[in-house]
Amino acid sequence: MKLFNLRGGVHPEGHKALSALHVIRELPLPKHLYLSLQQHIGAPAAPVVQVGDRVLKGQVIATAQGNVSAAIHAPTSGTITALGDWVSPHPSGLTAPTMTLASDGKEQWIETPTVADPFALAPADIAARVGAAGIVGLGGATFPAALKLNLSRNSGVQTLIMNGGECEPYLTCDNLIMRERAAQVIEGIRLIALAVEAKTVLVGIEDNKPDAIAAMQQAAKGTSVKVVSMPSMYPMGSEKQIIQVLTGNEIPAGGRPADIGVLVHNVATAYAVQQAIRFGRPLISRIITVSGGALNQPCNVEALIGTPVQELIDFAGGYRLPATRLVLGGPMMGQQFTNTQVPVLKGTSGVLALTASEVGQAEASPCIRCATCVRACPVGLLPLEMAAHIRVSDLTGAVELGLRDCIACGSCSYVCPAHIPLVHYFNYAKGDLAAQERSKLKQESTKKLAEARTERIARIERARAEAAAKRKAAREAKERAAAAAKAATEEA
Amino acid sequence: MNPIAHSPHAHAPLSIPKIMAMVMLALTPATLYGFWLFGWPAINLWVISLTSAMLGETLILRMQSRPVRPALQDGSGILTAWLLAISLPPTAPWWLVVLGSLFAVIIGKQIFGGLGQNVFNPAMAARVMLLISFPLEMTSWVTPAPLTSAHALSWLEGLRTTFLSQPLDAMASASLLGHVKTEFTRGVGLDQALVGHFSTMDAIMGSRVGSMGETAALFLLAGGVFLIARRIITWHAPVAMLLGVAVPALLFHAIDGNHYSGPMVHLLSGGLMLGAFFIVTDPVTSPNTALGQFIFGAGCGLLTWIIRTWGGYPEGVAFAVLLMNSATPLIDQYVKPRIYGRDRKGAALPVNKES
Repeated sequence: MKLFNLRGGVHPEGHKALSALHVIRELPLPKHLYLSLQQHIGAPAAPVVQVGDRVLKGQVIATAQGNVSAAIHAPTSGTITALGDWVSPHPSGLTAPTMTLASDGKEQWIETPTVADPFALAPADIAARVGAAGIVGLGGATFPAALKLNLSRNSGVQTLIMNGGECEPYLTCDNLIMRERAAQVIEGIRLIALAVEAKTVLVGIEDNKPDAIAAMQQAAKGTSVKVVSMPSMYPMGSEKQIIQVLTGNEIPAGGRPADIGVLVHNVATAYAVQQAIRFGRPLISRIITVSGGALNQPCNVEALIGTPVQELIDFAGGYRLPATRLVLGGPMMGQQFTNTQVPVLKGTSGVLALTASEVGQAEASPCIRCATCVRACPVGLLPLEMAAHIRVSDLTGAVELGLRDCIACGSCSYVCPAHIPLVHYFNYAKGDLAAQERSKLKQESTKKLAEARTERIARIERARAEAAAKRKAAREAKERAAAAAKAATEEA
Repeated sequence: MNPIAHSPHAHAPLSIPKIMAMVMLALTPATLYGFWLFGWPAINLWVISLTSAMLGETLILRMQSRPVRPALQDGSGILTAWLLAISLPPTAPWWLVVLGSLFAVIIGKQIFGGLGQNVFNPAMAARVMLLISFPLEMTSWVTPAPLTSAHALSWLEGLRTTFLSQPLDAMASASLLGHVKTEFTRGVGLDQALVGHFSTMDAIMGSRVGSMGETAALFLLAGGVFLIARRIITWHAPVAMLLGVAVPALLFHAIDGNHYSGPMVHLLSGGLMLGAFFIVTDPVTSPNTALGQFIFGAGCGLLTWIIRTWGGYPEGVAFAVLLMNSATPLIDQYVKPRIYGRDRKGAALPVNKES
């Protein structure tokens, strides 16, 4: 298949062999699971069980709230022991509302609805079942999958692109799921295609995963699913980039893939969809890469959602070298964390323990305008110029240069020889812009309320004055009538 | 607990000192050749230039109460002094070198705010300042006297040349471009002027009259190719500059071969090779984008050819570079990459569901 060229990009050292050589192993059942109510983009889920309740594996314990949200299910059977704040995977160690589930070790499933022929289901039914299973985008974006399916079907998506790029260094969880569970992944892909009524189905896999490509091609034989090998480059697995390389089209600025008739899903999401439709199993576990030069035995594990990260680190044999930095996700876009009690979320693709030499951090020095960042940017931005504007708080200038088009992939920071944290500048500026917009909205609504109040007071005054005038008129009329009556009596 | 850090949590194995070191490595063959070709005065020149740049940088940073160590360690001051040294006449007196070197790092760079802030290439700014202020010293050339040859200057004679400005009348000579210009004023055409003064082979190998490290076209070219291969620089500005000189030279030479030198003469003369691979590729003073760099390089080349051909000075690389440096912000303003999902003007691409 003809591939299209991408702009920029970088080639970071993969470090994939650390974890890719072993099969997926199942993590032993943890004693406690910590289930954050916010594991997706959108509104947090609302708990439907109470402390002390016994729950079964797969039982809904929190339901979706509003349009953009996802339900949360008990990953194992046991008792809800707490509902309160627990450390969340935020770099600052912020807490988040979390349910604690003490496992009883019985792994007792709730009754699950199985479907004999999932391909006989109606598209809307598939989306509904995906929604009921609490599935979110497992590539990291954690957007509720059912919503994405419905939106895409309604806007007439023609092409379904399955993202098996996995361009982040270290991460091999998608590689392994494609290698070991190709049949299920392909079935999940076909179900997603059915749900959105897509005509073309492409699976893009980077050519550094030949085993996964072979397994997927084998499993896709006789189906309409086309497995495509793409060049290995970061950020190939970014939505915008994978669309561009496979279709040659670009998402219009500020738009969504559906604008050009495309839907992108991650291959791990396809596996979750297959499990949900065929076996009625909600999303209660996922495959996670546990890697990094600081660990003894990097590996891929299938872990229950809510497992404390420390258990994954222990499972990987603990530390071999001092871990300078702990990261959730990949090294390019992942988040640092410091408390190893943070739980695994639905969107956690990797747990990395990196050594100082792997991180390669250094003090920032002045920009020499070498424009390496300009060459690396896959979007076509001028990172050095944007950073110069942000440094002097000129956000308007940065926006004019395309700040809003930045996908925060980190390619610019990665290559910068001056070690300037460019993407940090951009995220800071985006946050500041959002805050400005919020405060503008707030001001506007305050102004509206004040105006409404003034108008209301004026209205009341007017009404009062009118009522007073009416009363006065009535009184005068009465007096006139009385006077007339009196005159009439006197005349008589 | 570790301090909070933002992604990415990985970094390419490149740093500014490494870039500077790589450029210096690429300059080394041409420089060593210059040492051999012109002997002790050339070595003195190089040592004085580097030393005074470091001292000057220390002094100015102290005066500004700014940290000295990081500025010295980034290697940019040394590189500037190095580039200046090899663009000077090999027998330049010590005070000329000191003055140029101090001007380069203090006025050329630190006054603007240090590394990355200067508008003009510091080495070229210093060279132009010296050329305008001291035209005699800056155009006093000598015939090469390789260290290994019989008429090479001894170490002591070298010191006398550099520090006591001992005249070297016996060895005085003219650069090719200067010679051609002088001959034109006498009404002598190229057919005679070039005889015995230009041999392509000598020019490639560098055995010609000229600045300390500018003569060895082959070594400079090799250094440039090395830098392109190591992705320290890109081909755009160098190739554009060479084309900017070669294309008009070819054209005009075809029209009037007796009055306009051909492309080979131009490409292998003066500071063009040094300029193309080591000066116009200076990241600080050149545009950000590939196309911008190409335009910049082509402008440098064209201006060089124009100054050489019709200007008052025999050589124009330094002037051309400074002129184009001043155009860099303008080029950057108008030449920007197209942003994903937008057209060239910055408007969002149309929504198209059929594709």
